[in-house]
Amino acid sequence: MKRLLNTLFVQTQGAYLRKEGDAVVVRIEKKTALRVPLHQLDGVVTFGQVSASPFLQGACARAGVRFSMLDRRGRFLAAVQGFSPGNVLLRREQYRRADSEEASLLIARPIVAAKIANTRTVLLRAARDHPSADPTPDAGRPTDPAATAQRMADDARLAMTATSLDRLRGVEGESGASYFRAFDGLIRAGGDAFRFEKRSRRPPLNRTNALLSFLYTLLAHDCRSACEAAGLDAAVGFLHRDRPGRPSLALDLMESLRPVLADRLTLSLINRGQVKAGSFEPHASGAVFLTEAGRRTALTAYQERKRDELMHPFIGEKIELGLVPHVQARLLARHLRGDHDAYPDFLWR
Amino acid sequence: MMVLVTYDVATSTRAGVRRLRRVAKCCLNRGQRVQYSVFECEVDPSEWVELKDRLEKIIDPKVDSLRYYFLGANWQRRVEHVGAKAAVDLNGPLIV
Repeated sequence: MKRLLNTLFVQTQGAYLRKEGDAVVVRIEKKTALRVPLHQLDGVVTFGQVSASPFLQGACARAGVRFSMLDRRGRFLAAVQGFSPGNVLLRREQYRRADSEEASLLIARPIVAAKIANTRTVLLRAARDHPSADPTPDAGRPTDPAATAQRMADDARLAMTATSLDRLRGVEGESGASYFRAFDGLIRAGGDAFRFEKRSRRPPLNRTNALLSFLYTLLAHDCRSACEAAGLDAAVGFLHRDRPGRPSLALDLMESLRPVLADRLTLSLINRGQVKAGSFEPHASGAVFLTEAGRRTALTAYQERKRDELMHPFIGEKIELGLVPHVQARLLARHLRGDHDAYPDFLWR
Repeated sequence: MMVLVTYDVATSTRAGVRRLRRVAKCCLNRGQRVQYSVFECEVDPSEWVELKDRLEKIIDPKVDSLRYYFLGANWQRRVEHVGAKAAVDLNGPLIV
């Protein structure tokens, strides 16, 4: 089994990364702040004005360490990547399947079904952890978590039987909308500061959305590395259509993990009071972003979440949550190679 | 697994000083310096074979020595630190 390697996040503005031997050295104000051997890393993520020597970037590309540059607010800008690893035959097969609606549907269906099932788990867990004092304050209303969860079980079944990709995307969209309508009800701290209303992105218009967007960016980075490491082309997806610059396959892979690694984490960060109203700063345009300290809290929580162990339902092994994207990418590769008839997406129990 | 690498390199000659520097560099590539000639290296078995081989090619076995302590995969429970210069947990969140 692959070892869960660490990711180095550098967000101190003005920091400089360089290579010393086979290690990454972070220099801040001409002093060495941290030194990490490359073999213990699988990614480096920088925020904003952080520079890196060309030698380090080259060494990352060679060692298969993904080097991503994000802007200060955590939006993806660019990544350095070496030769595509793995097998060209596998990638060709991936393109062939992506061209065929039928084959794509075979992969996209379990992805959407697993996503719906996992979002449903978020609702059910939240409802179980915090049974409301008044049992039916909003029963029957569209925002009631328990009722939404019930409807979502049907959505998951619909996804498994969808006959076209468009219909499948429709099921996903509707289910996602009702999930996010119920999401507001799961936020139990912070009062108005964390009112969710609805999902907004590019830019996120309130604090909860800002946190979700930030965690999704981190997850996308990890899923992208997982695709590349399994020898797949991260840009060619089955559920997501090709678009220049979009890592469609990474987004496909990410769908079922959003609830597990980002949504649930967002809820606990807010409900436990780990992020406060002051961890965010509004922008003149109405957008809201995390402050540097807020980002640090979110990053730490995300990294720790990835260390949590769970039983993977398909391979039946106890693994760290952070390895799930890698396992899924490999299972997908196995399906493409013809070793599995179907792609088993990750179901969170 | 975690291997603790410690060494003693005789620096009475210029060649010895050179060996000391090379041994230290080699350890820095794979691990973390926790004290002057003590390194914690978290490696998988194949990386360990490589590192060990490299180190043993550098030293002069007549005057220098290397000691390895194998702490296994559950090494966190076996290490305790007191005092200054705490080591960085390279498995924890790495955020600067």
